[in-house]
Amino acid sequence: MLETSNANGQIFTGDVQLVHAVGMHARPAVKLTKLAKKFQAQISVRVAGAAEWINAKSVAKIMAMRAAHGSMIEIMASGSDAKAAVAALVELIAADFPDGIS
Amino acid sequence: MNDTVGIVIVSHSKDIAKGTADMVRQMVGSEVKVAFCGGNPDGGLGTSVPLIVDAINDAWSSRGVAILVDLGGAETNSEMAVEMLDPERRDLVVVCNAPIVEGAVMAATEAAGGSSLAQVRAVAEELSAD
Repeated sequence: MLETSNANGQIFTGDVQLVHAVGMHARPAVKLTKLAKKFQAQISVRVAGAAEWINAKSVAKIMAMRAAHGSMIEIMASGSDAKAAVAALVELIAADFPDGIS
Repeated sequence: MNDTVGIVIVSHSKDIAKGTADMVRQMVGSEVKVAFCGGNPDGGLGTSVPLIVDAINDAWSSRGVAILVDLGGAETNSEMAVEMLDPERRDLVVVCNAPIVEGAVMAATEAAGGSSLAQVRAVAEELSAD
């Protein structure tokens, strides 16, 4: 799911369910971070409803978020390529972190 | 030039060093140069300055090299190895204050994105910050 906030026309958000069997452990965290780093946009993620947004480009923080299997991940990005960044991360997570995307 | 910071893993045990390097290659991929060394020249546990120098040169990148170490002697011998490098290389090598396995994976992840040596080191050391 991908939608645009009209707040300032620059923030893009997406929600995607974490289907990975053991949640956001080390290998998915590395893939997510590597993919996020390919974009100029500022990208944040959180488990739906969590108080804090986490920098998607910080592998230590992504690993530490310990998102569980089945949890909903929210993605928020701003910047020139924010829309593409959100779409790419949603695809990565929805496709269960296949090799070769990041 | 699209070079990425190189990673060197220095453990007292060759098995640990190799295993850590394997984890980095599998988890992060092959775009980051990773070299490792472990054990003393007699095959026992320990670290060896000449082997560390070789590993640094193997992982060499124009962007620099980040070294991840395990216990005591690995750190002091790594610092000694850095001192033995060509002067123009010395300033481009850092020994990270980070856990060896986690630090190597995080440093390599950061390096893969094209980050500077200072950024790579900062990410590895984030783990020991608190």
